[in-house]
Amino acid sequence: MDIIVCVKHVPETAEAEIKIDATGKAIEKTGLVFDINEWDDYALEEAVRIKEKSGGTVTAITVGPEDTDSTLRKCLARGADKAMRLTDPKFQGSDSYAIAKILQSTIKGLSFDLILTGALAGDDGYTMVGPILAELLGIQHATMVKKIEFDDGVAKVNRELEGGLEEKTEVKMPAVLSIQTGINEPRYVSIMGIRKAMKKEIKVLGLADIGLSESEVGETGSWIKVEKIFVPPAEKQAEFIKGSPEEVTTKIAEILKSRGLI
Amino acid sequence: MTEIFVLAEHRQGQIRDITFEMLTKGKELAEKTNTDLTAVLLGKDVKEHAKTISEYAKKVFLVEDAKLENFNSEAYQKVLSNLTKEHKPLLTMIGHTSFGVDLAPSLAAALKLPLATDCIDLAFEGETLVITRQMYGGKVNVKAKVRKSESYIVTVRQAAFAAQKPNISGETMEVSSPLTEETTEKRFIEYVSPPPGGVDITAAEVLVGIGRGIKDESNMPMVEELAKALGGVLACSRPIVDKGWLSTDRQVGSSGKTVKPKLYIALGISGAFQHVLGMKNSDLIIAVNKDSNAPIFSFADYGVVDDLFKIAPALKDKIQELKG
Repeated sequence: MDIIVCVKHVPETAEAEIKIDATGKAIEKTGLVFDINEWDDYALEEAVRIKEKSGGTVTAITVGPEDTDSTLRKCLARGADKAMRLTDPKFQGSDSYAIAKILQSTIKGLSFDLILTGALAGDDGYTMVGPILAELLGIQHATMVKKIEFDDGVAKVNRELEGGLEEKTEVKMPAVLSIQTGINEPRYVSIMGIRKAMKKEIKVLGLADIGLSESEVGETGSWIKVEKIFVPPAEKQAEFIKGSPEEVTTKIAEILKSRGLI
Repeated sequence: MTEIFVLAEHRQGQIRDITFEMLTKGKELAEKTNTDLTAVLLGKDVKEHAKTISEYAKKVFLVEDAKLENFNSEAYQKVLSNLTKEHKPLLTMIGHTSFGVDLAPSLAAALKLPLATDCIDLAFEGETLVITRQMYGGKVNVKAKVRKSESYIVTVRQAAFAAQKPNISGETMEVSSPLTEETTEKRFIEYVSPPPGGVDITAAEVLVGIGRGIKDESNMPMVEELAKALGGVLACSRPIVDKGWLSTDRQVGSSGKTVKPKLYIALGISGAFQHVLGMKNSDLIIAVNKDSNAPIFSFADYGVVDDLFKIAPALKDKIQELKG
């Protein structure tokens, strides 16, 4: 099975303190560590597992500037066979819709049986590239996928619903599946794998190569235009307990005691 | 006069809360834009639902078909495309749920209408839709303009708006289903319930919730001991289940359980919306996180900005000392 995995290079912010930059429309990126989007990491791992089981190839594709190569190298080290980077200054300002168009223009010329994406990206969280890409390619999709089985031209997937429930749904192949975290356990990369990945070629294509017009990408080709970003207004603010661990835990113990919790 | 569509969401015989939340916000937007609020209900044998929903909207479009019994984005997209083309609603509101994220993006792309997802607020400035949503796991909010269009589509975050029952008695209009041939490319098979777990976290009075900040599986016994000292049990946010350190039945949040213990201690949980939705109504919330700007501190009663690896063991010792 030939599988394409769409990945995004994003800053890790789950445990980082983030600041709004001078434009007021983005966050300060300096000092943040960039890596493969967490959901895409699971998508890549799933693709490699399918390949290991049933043969075929895995191609990782990303849209972004040259520094996204580190994410593509990681994909190659993890078991992707080929990597493509779609880079053009005109892509700047693209939202998920424009990104989906860029991906579609590239992928339509490739041969594939399956496309995997992360269910969402940890930075903007739009949750839409996969199903839009499917619609533009004229194929089916399933999102929030937690399990995949193949059976005679269809993919049987478990989709995560709310409250711990899942649904089993069948989609005709080729299809785009958006992967939810937890579907597998992404592997660690061996030193050998990293060394080998450094030698592999990353194919780079720009706007002219994929046959899209300038107006279809970037801010003009997008649905969403960010006006400003700001710190969310707090519903309430916690009362901060300060001091040494001894002082802090003494205060917590008093609070618990006063509430009859200890 | 044009209208605002709200797509009703229901599953296994229940109308989901997001439906009423969207109808409440939809009513406000309809009044401001001088449009009508129309609920769109798709399903099989759902006239009772139509009756309930008609108390929230001026009009209910009811489309009944055996092929619409369970959610299926392919079938739903066909029906909604037809209704959208015919009525040209100013706005279509869909829940940012597992159901909504499977439907809205491909529907928008097919209709070439702009879509804004996971909105926590919506307003019209003239004819332009302006939305508020979050980025970076809720650490910042974004105000954005949606590309100008005659018709917009949005997905709305769960619990972003409080549902209020208005005094409306709307009219239900049955619309015949446009689904003629059997839907073949996508098919719902069945619901799969999670395996029953050993611990019911919804019944616990004290929960110690752990998140990404736990860093390594070797730190689990330490938090387990704290939970034990407090007479409580461990719960967690999604990354802990993804890593396999705790089972699915311990997960708190939109894709896990909703809990309301007397005490919830959040350790190394940043407070992304998906988690907060499941625990914000706990009686007492104490959060420990290294990042003073972590969203969890907007929901907690008490906050400690420190290393959880210093606080959690010290708290365990303190509790044990007090209990003797």
